[in-house]
Amino acid sequence: MSPNLPLAYLALSAILFAIGGVGLLVRRNPLVMIMCVELMLNAVNLTFVTFGKMLDDISGQVIVFFVMVVAAAEVVIGLALIVAMARRRPEANADDLRLLRG
Amino acid sequence: MVSLLWLIPALPLAGFLLLLLLGKRIGEPFAGWIGTATVAGSFVTALVVFAGLWNEPEHTYSLKLFEWMPAGKFSVDIGFLLDPLSMAMILFITGIAALIHLYSIGYMHGDSRFPRFFTYLNLFVFSMLMLVMGDNLVLTFLGWEGVGACSYFLISFWFEKDANASAGKKAFITNRVGDWGFMVGTFATFFAFGTVKYVEFLPKASGLAQTTATFIVLMLFIGAMGKSAQIPLFIWLPDAMAGPTPVSALIHAATMVTAGVYLMVRVNPIIAASASWLPWVIAGIGVATAFLAATIAIAQTDIKKVLAYSTVSQLGYMFLAVGVGGYSAAIFHMITHAFFKACMFLGSGSVIHGMDDEQDMRRMGALRKVMPITAITFIIGWLAIAGVPPFSGFWSKDDILAYALHKSVVLYVIGLITALLTAFYMSRQVFMVFFGKANWGESHEAELANKIAHETSTVDGDTAADADSHDDAHAGHGAHAGHGVHPHESPRTMTIPLIVLAFFAAIAGALNLPFTEKLEFLNRWLEPVVGATQTQLHLSGSQLAIELVTSSVIALLGIAIAYGVYLKHKVDARRIELPLFANGWYIDSTITNFMGGLGRKGFELIAMFDKVVIDGAVNGVARATRGGAMRLRTVQSGYVRWYALMIGVGAVVVVAFVLSQVSFS
Repeated sequence: MSPNLPLAYLALSAILFAIGGVGLLVRRNPLVMIMCVELMLNAVNLTFVTFGKMLDDISGQVIVFFVMVVAAAEVVIGLALIVAMARRRPEANADDLRLLRG
Repeated sequence: MVSLLWLIPALPLAGFLLLLLLGKRIGEPFAGWIGTATVAGSFVTALVVFAGLWNEPEHTYSLKLFEWMPAGKFSVDIGFLLDPLSMAMILFITGIAALIHLYSIGYMHGDSRFPRFFTYLNLFVFSMLMLVMGDNLVLTFLGWEGVGACSYFLISFWFEKDANASAGKKAFITNRVGDWGFMVGTFATFFAFGTVKYVEFLPKASGLAQTTATFIVLMLFIGAMGKSAQIPLFIWLPDAMAGPTPVSALIHAATMVTAGVYLMVRVNPIIAASASWLPWVIAGIGVATAFLAATIAIAQTDIKKVLAYSTVSQLGYMFLAVGVGGYSAAIFHMITHAFFKACMFLGSGSVIHGMDDEQDMRRMGALRKVMPITAITFIIGWLAIAGVPPFSGFWSKDDILAYALHKSVVLYVIGLITALLTAFYMSRQVFMVFFGKANWGESHEAELANKIAHETSTVDGDTAADADSHDDAHAGHGAHAGHGVHPHESPRTMTIPLIVLAFFAAIAGALNLPFTEKLEFLNRWLEPVVGATQTQLHLSGSQLAIELVTSSVIALLGIAIAYGVYLKHKVDARRIELPLFANGWYIDSTITNFMGGLGRKGFELIAMFDKVVIDGAVNGVARATRGGAMRLRTVQSGYVRWYALMIGVGAVVVVAFVLSQVSFS
């Protein structure tokens, strides 16, 4: 394993995270926003695995499972909300949903 | 035998609870008999305990029932302290209360709230016993407030009349002023000694800083001024006469109003440890009250008001005794006063009862022929309070005056003048009520004839001279207009207490005769409590004789003047009964005017301050919070992506901060 390989993985995950973050901020479609969040989560997962491999520590891999479980739960709720919203207001985007403004 | 002590307050408490729950069902007259029986029972118990107390060391015994309020270092027990002082109080309280209960059965006959009256009376006796038996200041305060509440209930007993209800409120509120002093005094005691138990803090009093002791006594004295009707808090007592007469006799003459004197005598070691001017204050207020109230009593026309002001005046004597260090004299006078004043109050009740609720002395007169027992007992009470030897009041008053002379001539002279006034106004009352010309109905003989015939339409054949007053009398008794008043002797339940009380009013002086030390029973009995701080009097035989003769002459002089004015009519009574006196030195009306005028403005100013400054501060904080929140809430825009950006920015800031702090060497 070349010494640059982990660095490449870290760079990849940074790029993925940035794409996800920017996507979250610029897109207004709730479904796409959730996908962006997933992208960010998986970018983080990738760093965990990379660091685990670099440091020969299994916990880096273990924590990924936790993140995936949480992400799965989050998606379930998120998608349910999106479906419910889409049924009531099919045309609405994220910026239209601001009933809780102060 | 001494351990039966707890029964003394327990019996009236049991009577109170029984009457409270079942009073209405028991009804008249058994509710009255139950009330009387419980108090008589506690009197008998008190006698048994008294016999047992002789065998206790120093005649002192204490009993702790249970711990009432444990709170850190502060602890209050329900415990009783039985010592010569509280024993003397218990004996005369239960004894007189039992007699007055018996009297009330006759006096309250036919009242629609008969059982409730005895419920209150029993509660009162219980509270009064807690007051004198409590072994700490807090328990005494419990009794103190209990008797205050009962006093309020009973003054306003006939609350249907507005005047009675407001008299009760006046008594309650005036007492509240004094209670404040009592409470502060209790707090200060705890602060200074770390305990409120008499047996624990009183022996340590001599080691107290003078200022602290002065403060404690001053505060407790304010409490005593309220309860015992001293200047300036005496204004409630004359109005308290709105209550039924047995109440006036029991609460507002014999027992409750002496609680302040008891408290002062109880804390006598602290008085000894306080500044030297403090006894002067107590004696000064006492003698001033005695004098002022005596002058007011001269010009009163209500039979009970005279006695009320006389009570205030006699309480002033007791405080004079406390101030000049004659503690045993104060207790001595308290006991004799309880006998003769209760006797006279009950006698006045008997007169009022017999005269169909007439209280104006100007419409009485010559009653001795129709009410012989009442008249004789009242006359004994009169001779006792006027200070005619050998009746009880002579000895106790003279005892106080002897102590006063020892302290200062000024106090003695004012005391003597007051004694003269006392003899005068009491004689005036007796002459107006029992002697002279009958001012009720027509002449006395015709009235008797009336009684027999009972159906005469010529009742209004009175002389032109008193036609006016007579018309008034009828206006007040519209219900049975057309008949004159038919004075009659009261039933036996009322006359027996009168006779017993008159007997003791006559002989109670034997408790403490000043001739030899052996005869001073009360003095020696109270020795363990007050002996250390009491002023020691050593009168030579001639000094004693001069003082006794002076007092007797003063008393007889007062009676002689009254005889000249009210029976011989040598001087017009109106020249003595100044309006200044009749209106009580305008104290009440001054207070009313002040409260209605300047005082009201002052209170409005305070109310304004409350509204502007206090409320302003509170509302200002609320308004500022609200305003800030209004501005701050715009941050919550509702745009999810905006929040996400903020999270991102926040994360970057945190990471940047952490990185700047961590060194990667």
